[in-house]
Amino acid sequence: MRYHPHTPDDVRAMLDAVGAASLDDLFRSIPKPLRLARALDVPPALDEIALFGELGRLAARNDVAHPPFAGAGCYPHHVPPVVDQLLLRGEFFTAYTPYQPEISQGTLQALFEWQTFVCLLTGQDVSNASMYDGATATAEAALMATRLTGRKKIAISAAVHPEYRKVVATYLRSTHDEIAVVPFGKDGRTDLDALQKAVNGETACVIAGWPNFLGVVEPLPEISAVAKKAGALTVSVTAEAVALGALQAPGALGADVSTGTFQSFGNPMSFGGPAPGFFALREANVRQMPGRVCGATVDKHGRRGFVLTLSTREQHIRREKATSNICTNSGLCALAATMHLALLGKKGLSDLARLNHERARLLRDAMKRAGFEPVFSGPTFNETAFDVGDAEAAVHRLAKKGIVAGAPLARWYPDLPKAKGALLCVATELHSPELIELFAQSVRG
Amino acid sequence: MDFPEDLRYTREHEWAKKKGDRIVVGITDFAQDQLGDVVYVELPDVGDPVKKGESFGVVESTKAVSELFAPLSGKVVEVNDPLTDAPETINEDPYEEGWMIVVEPSDPKELEALMDAKAYRAFVEEQE
Repeated sequence: MRYHPHTPDDVRAMLDAVGAASLDDLFRSIPKPLRLARALDVPPALDEIALFGELGRLAARNDVAHPPFAGAGCYPHHVPPVVDQLLLRGEFFTAYTPYQPEISQGTLQALFEWQTFVCLLTGQDVSNASMYDGATATAEAALMATRLTGRKKIAISAAVHPEYRKVVATYLRSTHDEIAVVPFGKDGRTDLDALQKAVNGETACVIAGWPNFLGVVEPLPEISAVAKKAGALTVSVTAEAVALGALQAPGALGADVSTGTFQSFGNPMSFGGPAPGFFALREANVRQMPGRVCGATVDKHGRRGFVLTLSTREQHIRREKATSNICTNSGLCALAATMHLALLGKKGLSDLARLNHERARLLRDAMKRAGFEPVFSGPTFNETAFDVGDAEAAVHRLAKKGIVAGAPLARWYPDLPKAKGALLCVATELHSPELIELFAQSVRG
Repeated sequence: MDFPEDLRYTREHEWAKKKGDRIVVGITDFAQDQLGDVVYVELPDVGDPVKKGESFGVVESTKAVSELFAPLSGKVVEVNDPLTDAPETINEDPYEEGWMIVVEPSDPKELEALMDAKAYRAFVEEQE
């Protein structure tokens, strides 16, 4: 990648080329009342030495003594250093799928491989070239279901990530589609009787987690059977994608659309984002899919190459009739996830998923010995809610030991029977058996 | 470029042909030529209402997705289902095998308001 310094001579040459006398002159087409006549209200610029000092001071406030036990939609996993090194390559260094795409063969090939991984792990026919994040991918699935069915009601499990549900509600506010939230039972799984009552001939889709926000594995075949009977689509949502290395592919269990994020692969937690969203579905519905697809083809000499396809329905071509107004697809994050998955391979991913599940079992055992029972009886993958008596107090107490204890569920579910005590904790390959033991003892206090 | 004499035409490049009391609708030779290879077509269901000047479906080529506009109002009584699996028929034979829907018109006089072959040919030449 070339380095372009920005000298006064360069600026002058560019201004001369467009016939502007000065920078202010360049913006003369903007009406005067709309222009800001004063300096921006921000602190003065720092030189590099002072800036590094300031950033170092901020970074030192992170307590990274131990990997966090908080997951709740964003998960701590090991990212191989080779991922970060490869990401620095100039050819890859853009957050976007290019709009002059065919010149960027490397990016297109990487996204083609992303799609391959998404299809393999979700069991769907077609994946798009990635989405902004898991929440918007889920909202797009709801919108797509209303287009495909001509219906205006969405049924969503209360055990889908509460922040995903908020984004779905935000998207659907302007389309005036109705949302029915379906409760979950004592096992932490979507209540099938309640689902049955909520779903009818006006329901466009049923949305459920795989696994859900509570860490519990849903009865997806039963959920999709209820949806199918009513002529509605089933959307599976996955925030912890390592689970897909152990669980059955949602597409094989009746999901018509699978959405979520691959943050768990190649992407650090980064204070909650950015993280790449994925969107995959059955081929029959592909014309209503948001975004675009990278396809493999051959050039006129018969050599393998990649093109963007199905982008004719996007906003830059079809304007207000576009299937969606997705802008960025978090392309660089998707690339990081693709690299990590390629490094893992099929067996590596399966081993990683198994290790996560084992560590979660260790955590369960250690917590049980410390006197804490799981809140929900349903099957889990690597995340479990425990009744610790006072979850907020436990979080504060463990923070003093440099441990991020988990996510108190009362923040999202104040009406839960054991709300005060419910602490959602994750265990991954980063949590050693010793750390897990230390954690359980520390929660006991 | 072909402009059959027995058809009526819209400014959106659909054609309409009288067949008994009913009207057959498709897109013109000029339209298919401008679109290029048609890869997908989305048509209404039998029984759906259509309204003059409003969209009744979508045709997609490798270059663009375009709306199909109804030349007149009425009810869809027949749909050319084979087009779904063979959309290239629209390129190969836009006026015969490539027909799209048959409409039972609510006001048959609307047909007379459309352009005849001569007027449409002039309209297309003006566009080019």
